[in-house]
Amino acid sequence: MAYAAGVDVGSTQTKAVVVDEGGNIVGRSLLPTGANVVQAAEHAFRQALESENIPESEVGFVVGTGYGRYRVEFGDTQITEIVCHARGAAHMFPGTETVLDMGGQDTKAIKIRPGGDVADFCMNDKCAAGTGRFLQSAAAALDLDLGDLGPTALRGQRPVNISTTCTVFAESEVLSWLAKGKKIEDILLGVHRSIGSRSMALLRRVGIEGEITFTGGVTRNDAMVEVMKDMLGQELNVSEESHYIGALGAALFALERISKSHTTPEAHSEVTA
Amino acid sequence: MTVVANELVGRGARDGARLFREWFDELTLAAQNQDKTAYVFVMGSLHEIIKTFDMHTVFPEITSLQTAVRKVADEYLSLAEDHGFSPDVCGYVKADYALQLRKGEHPMGTVPPPSIAVLTNACNTYFKWAEMWERMYDIPTITVDVPGTRGLHALDISGADKERDQRYVLNQLKELIGHLEEVSGKPFDIDRMREVLEYTNRMGRAWRRVLELNRSSPAVFDAMLEGTIYLGVANALRGTQAGAEYFEDLVEEMEYKVSQNLSPLVDHAQEHRLVFVGVPCYPIFRRFYQLFSEWGGIFVSSTYMWFASGGLNLDFEYDLDRPLESLAEGVLLSVRRAGEAMLFHDRTLLEAIDTFDVDGVVYHPIKSCRTVSTSLADSRRAVLEERDVLCLHIESDMMDKRVVSEAQMKNRIDAFFEGLESRRIRLGSAGAAGSASITTA
Repeated sequence: MAYAAGVDVGSTQTKAVVVDEGGNIVGRSLLPTGANVVQAAEHAFRQALESENIPESEVGFVVGTGYGRYRVEFGDTQITEIVCHARGAAHMFPGTETVLDMGGQDTKAIKIRPGGDVADFCMNDKCAAGTGRFLQSAAAALDLDLGDLGPTALRGQRPVNISTTCTVFAESEVLSWLAKGKKIEDILLGVHRSIGSRSMALLRRVGIEGEITFTGGVTRNDAMVEVMKDMLGQELNVSEESHYIGALGAALFALERISKSHTTPEAHSEVTA
Repeated sequence: MTVVANELVGRGARDGARLFREWFDELTLAAQNQDKTAYVFVMGSLHEIIKTFDMHTVFPEITSLQTAVRKVADEYLSLAEDHGFSPDVCGYVKADYALQLRKGEHPMGTVPPPSIAVLTNACNTYFKWAEMWERMYDIPTITVDVPGTRGLHALDISGADKERDQRYVLNQLKELIGHLEEVSGKPFDIDRMREVLEYTNRMGRAWRRVLELNRSSPAVFDAMLEGTIYLGVANALRGTQAGAEYFEDLVEEMEYKVSQNLSPLVDHAQEHRLVFVGVPCYPIFRRFYQLFSEWGGIFVSSTYMWFASGGLNLDFEYDLDRPLESLAEGVLLSVRRAGEAMLFHDRTLLEAIDTFDVDGVVYHPIKSCRTVSTSLADSRRAVLEERDVLCLHIESDMMDKRVVSEAQMKNRIDAFFEGLESRRIRLGSAGAAGSASITTA
């Protein structure tokens, strides 16, 4: 059995996925990226292997993706996360025409062709206001765990208007709403809607068409999923494994390399750390 | 063959750089001698009139961008911002303002102060920019108002409307001549003007041929890298013998490269043919080019070479039997077409995509110039609807490195080329089952 792997080193989290010859996910892991990017990539890869007792020698090809893709030193090649998210989304949800990827510092809208090729994409520019980082700032301002944001926001009834376009200033805006006596859940719902409106602008740029698949770490936030559904006026493809889609896409490219070049498992340069 | 190749290949870049340095040396000398100098702008420069009076010309857009290319723009921008300019104001204006505060001190020499400023309404920033010099130096500032059309295909306008508009511009040029006689102390010489116009005609013929030769495959020059050198010469030496001869030599070089299938790329078999829309990212100019060339990307054409060439790209030549009237017509058409090139990207781009066999379009809006950045998102959407090409939208600035994020830029550019590689495979195996693959740089 030959396996292929993808390691997605994001700004906040590092994800690793191992797939079998049929492109099925057989191993996965998720770790905070932290300051040591090389180590994060290695640990995530090892954990993904260990989760299903897959011998590293049976992994024929590894693709690194994400901002830290060039630091996946044991990887065989690198591919941008834009292309990997497209491929992974098309694999997990074959009807996908548009991808919304919301990560720690980047939000991307990707238009894809059948099969998962990228037809067009747009990203937030030089500002993390429409990304997961915005949620982190709000959580810090309200002294909440990141995992509590979604459930709290879902209780909101009257979302406040978060007008700022800056993640840093958003924190003070959140505090000013608190000072005015607004409920935390309404403030948080406002934060989610603010992020949603920025994502909608990106989606409109590439064109909102057909099935939309939601990927990235923020997919684990139920309130964000609901806000996006509401703003789009349609259902979203999202699953428990949506935050692995970038790594999955990378693993699928790795699998493609194996099948095209008939690479033997030993061809992959093993982790030496 | 080798001798010919050694002499010809790269001559345009070498000679262009030399001519550009010499132009700056002349400006330095003019500053020392306190010679009469006119400040003009790239779009609607009216350079032919200035040259008729043998005055020196300064293009502040060019002197400003050179501070970015030479990695010192931040010093100039900071100085201007210390004096109250907002970070959002045009970087060219701020660098020029600081240049004036520094008495013309520039990394390429010394820029003389203006004796007169001549401008058109091609860009709305020009007015306030020139007013700045007017206040700093108490100089005459002459604005030639060029009637716009707010519509597509200015060149198609004919009949009474065109005659009326030309007459309107002509009367302003006559007024301008009076001011230039006063400032220069020289009488207007119509025969000297004919000579200058003929040099521009020769330059324009050669310029159009150079642009046309890049339709060849492989492309023979990069419209962003080499194109920027050519643009510098085209503006600074417009209406001069040296400028005309430079471009005639350039035609010879490009024809030779076409005949020999010579490409600037190491491996032109992997060439991705691109069009560049906007103004380059000068703070990291060489690296910006490499981010594309490393993937086999080559800019076969650019909107910059259209709207910043002072109308050289248009199929228009001055009529030497009626020089002043013809200059009025040329100014009218070039300024209108510059605006048209910025507001109606989609039509001109679609034409370029077809004639240059283009794979992708790169849009580069810049923070500090809304004039050239307006409508790019709409243009991109229109192009994608009508042609099977990929489009990349990356934002930075032409001057301010504080808003240039190379890592973000590289990520987008890499993804763009991954898409182009995939598209190439898809088109190459049209009809074949399965999805396309990706190769990486």
